[in-house]
Amino acid sequence: MAKYICKRLFMAVLTVFVVATLTFFLMNAVPGGPYEAEKSISPQAKAALEAKFGLDKPLFTQYVTYLKNILHGDFGPSLKQRGRNVIDIILTKFPVSAKIGIISVMVSLLVGVPVGCIAAVNRGKVSDSAIIVIATVGIAVPSFVVCSLSMYFFGVKLRWLPTVGLTTWKHYIMPVFSLSFYPTTYIVRLMRSSMLDVLGQDYMRTAKAKGVSRAVSLFKHALRNAVLPVVTYLGPMMAYTLTGSFIIEKVFTIPGLGGEFVSSITNRDYMMIMGTTIFLATLMVAINFLVDIVYKFIDPRINLK
Amino acid sequence: MYKNPLSFQLKAEDFLPATDEEKQSLIVMRDSVSFWRDSLRRLVKNKVAMVSLFVIVVIMFFSFVVPSFYPYSYEQQQKGAENLRPMTYSQAEQERIANGEKVTPHFLGTDKLGRDYAVRIMVGSRISMTVGLVAAVIILVIGALYGSIAAFFGGWVDIIMMRIVDIIYTIPDVLLIVLISIALKGPLADLSSKAAMGWVGIVGPNLISIFIVFALLYWVGMARIVRSQVLVLRESEYVTAARALGAGNGRIIRKHLLTNCIGTLIVTTTLQIPSSIFTESYLSFLGLGVAAPLPSLGSLASTAINGMNTYPYLLIAPAVLISLIILSFNLFGDGLRDAFDPKLKK
Amino acid sequence: MSEHLVDIRNLRLSFFTPAGEVKALNDVTLHLDEGEVLGIVGESGSGKSVTSYSIMGLTADPGKIVGGTVTFNGHHIESLGEKELRKIRGKEVSIIFQDPMTSLNPVYTIGSQIEESILLHTDKTREEAKERATELLRLVGINEPEKRIRQYPHELSGGMRQRVMIAIALACEPKLLIADEPTTALDVTIQAQILELINELKEKLRMAVILITHDLGIVSSMCDRIAVMYAGRIVECGTTDDIFYRPQHEYTRGLLRSVPNIQDRESKRLIAIEGTPVDLLNPPAGCPFAPRCPSCMKICLREMPPDHHYSEVHTAACWLHEKAEYEQRGGEGD
Repeated sequence: MAKYICKRLFMAVLTVFVVATLTFFLMNAVPGGPYEAEKSISPQAKAALEAKFGLDKPLFTQYVTYLKNILHGDFGPSLKQRGRNVIDIILTKFPVSAKIGIISVMVSLLVGVPVGCIAAVNRGKVSDSAIIVIATVGIAVPSFVVCSLSMYFFGVKLRWLPTVGLTTWKHYIMPVFSLSFYPTTYIVRLMRSSMLDVLGQDYMRTAKAKGVSRAVSLFKHALRNAVLPVVTYLGPMMAYTLTGSFIIEKVFTIPGLGGEFVSSITNRDYMMIMGTTIFLATLMVAINFLVDIVYKFIDPRINLK
Repeated sequence: MYKNPLSFQLKAEDFLPATDEEKQSLIVMRDSVSFWRDSLRRLVKNKVAMVSLFVIVVIMFFSFVVPSFYPYSYEQQQKGAENLRPMTYSQAEQERIANGEKVTPHFLGTDKLGRDYAVRIMVGSRISMTVGLVAAVIILVIGALYGSIAAFFGGWVDIIMMRIVDIIYTIPDVLLIVLISIALKGPLADLSSKAAMGWVGIVGPNLISIFIVFALLYWVGMARIVRSQVLVLRESEYVTAARALGAGNGRIIRKHLLTNCIGTLIVTTTLQIPSSIFTESYLSFLGLGVAAPLPSLGSLASTAINGMNTYPYLLIAPAVLISLIILSFNLFGDGLRDAFDPKLKK
Repeated sequence: MSEHLVDIRNLRLSFFTPAGEVKALNDVTLHLDEGEVLGIVGESGSGKSVTSYSIMGLTADPGKIVGGTVTFNGHHIESLGEKELRKIRGKEVSIIFQDPMTSLNPVYTIGSQIEESILLHTDKTREEAKERATELLRLVGINEPEKRIRQYPHELSGGMRQRVMIAIALACEPKLLIADEPTTALDVTIQAQILELINELKEKLRMAVILITHDLGIVSSMCDRIAVMYAGRIVECGTTDDIFYRPQHEYTRGLLRSVPNIQDRESKRLIAIEGTPVDLLNPPAGCPFAPRCPSCMKICLREMPPDHHYSEVHTAACWLHEKAEYEQRGGEGD
């Protein structure tokens, strides 16, 4: 177990390192380099930047300096928002995104898992067919379609829900709906097929032969096994939620990190882009790492390997 | 004493031995069909897959063929024809109609620059289709080569190659795609200004950077699948059996590995198309996709959001179309999977 | 007539699949007394498992009883609801499945899987159930039961898991144990141990056993009576001696010819039964074995042979017997 954790931890750190390296060199490939703002910044600020990142030194030395800085949590100053450091912007904006993200993940799980189970248990019946059709169609709809269409119908046309900002609970409905739409349909399908697989397993027959009631065999014997694939999907789902937040926050003008990232792309705030990329990548890698460890605890079969 | 109630009906000839033909007539043998014919038959019988295929073909016709003879082009701005409602005409056009000319209606109206929206949608879906198909081919070639090389050499080569795949797999792809497309934008634009590289400008630097991104990142899934397939097949007993019967490497690869892999390859490649389309529309929506004036379904939807209060059809049309394209490819891919590779069926 | 522990009469059971009705059981009549060991022999798909599962009311989803009765221990199984059936399953009748690798739930400890059965059918507390589970593991010959009880199925070998399955089956001391090819998935050396264990436990707990197998070697050493099944019918049924020394049905004879015999050095080859089993979607009008039968007659293809009782317990359904009788009578119908 300890060996496995160490191995996974090493891979995680390596991945973050690769991402940081790629980010640095890709941004340096941009004509003028990452420290070049479109509208020139003040000469003092420029001088400070040059001193800090050693811009007169060779690229590799700059790279080492950059890595050292981010190890201390220093991503440098924002090129667009005068006087603010990238890390400060990230830390103020991220909680907003995290809140929506966590709610969306919860909603996806709380809806997806039971609905998938219901479909599997009622295999071939009308309810199952209806769920499959909805999930199959749902999985094909990109998040920007969900959020722009729901904004049009519920926000503009019917005027049921507010479309801008994030002040009351009503503001959360559409962003959370848009963000959890795809993961929910995905989980429904995943859960259904995994439940069907489990229901056909020999140990379910054993349970039945023991005289276990249908409800107990479903909740105790089937669910625990069937939910395992959903746990492995947690990592990709978090990643999807993070990247999905770029779109949702742009469309609903939510003051989160995703929206900030998108505007830093349009503004060419390269320092902000670099910082956010490395921050989000580290976050995703960390989540994946945690999910892997959790999975090992849930599924006893992998313990010995 | 037990008595047979049937015995009075029995005749001596009943107890004559039955001939082989009589015995054979009772055995119902099912036809054995070849892999391809069997798979194709199952595919054709799958109504959902066939409808999806039909939808794909229709969309392809409209996006690749129709724009070439359509009276409007996607970049042609018509003065005085800005923000037309569907099926309405501009002042100038109305005059032309009054003069007895035939004017093609704007089926979906025009955008705020006076460009016919129907043709923009068609060209936009052409971008999506192209991205999907080209990306699938790139992924197939790189992934299949990489995976089979890793599986073929095995040992250290395999371990190192697969570690690289693991790392690429854990890198959050969208973030990297964003970075790469930002980074490549400049160099590719420079490239397109050079004489011999004019095609870069035509295809568009962003489209090329999207392809490069797919080529760099998206093949890992394919590589893993191909590798595991080859490994399983290499170890499988019928390959050992074929080898024991004296079949050469060429024959084993042709007859056994390829026929068994091909189903998985076709299915994985087809299912890759919608996910590439998905990513492209995502990037375009964020403004990182194809460059204006070239439209993409993602960028069309993104632009339409601001005016959706007044011109909702500008938003709904690309939004519905992109979903329809992805849905059709998904369903067709599922149908292929059921037909060609029942093992993969969930 | 005395009351049998199991009494199956004219049971007909079909699977309703999208391709049509698969007649899995056709007119199966079978009985079993307390403490008796019955072997059911036949190839895959002959209906051995379906017959025995019907005693527990376990008919898989598309499967449905279309006729006949199943009586077990006084219960009319075919008319019982799910709730009543649950009280019988695991308590009065238990089952061991073929593949111990997949028959245990991978995410629960073996202890909890044994205890589940005990808690379900008795008033025992958790503590007592745990004690009983340990005791059961010891009974089925597992060392260090206190340690094993906390382990997961994947940590145990195939033979061990089958012992655990037996422990689960015996948890409530059932009257009948159904062993569905309990050794097929195991190594040969382990097979003998498991059979020996079942034999021993049967004596100790005085329960009846139905042993389903396609291995005649196994049934000869363990069973009192044997039923031979083919294409959803019992083609021959009798004591072990009847079947081995006085087989009446060509299929039984074929099966016996295909068993390797170490004493018999004369015959150098095993004789396989030619052909493949019939398609149960469209069963033939006559004897289902006719197309593969070496002495098939014209009537065999047309009509189903009637059951003939050679003795109180020995029955077989084959036209060859009718032919012999017919010839005895001098070729005239009566």
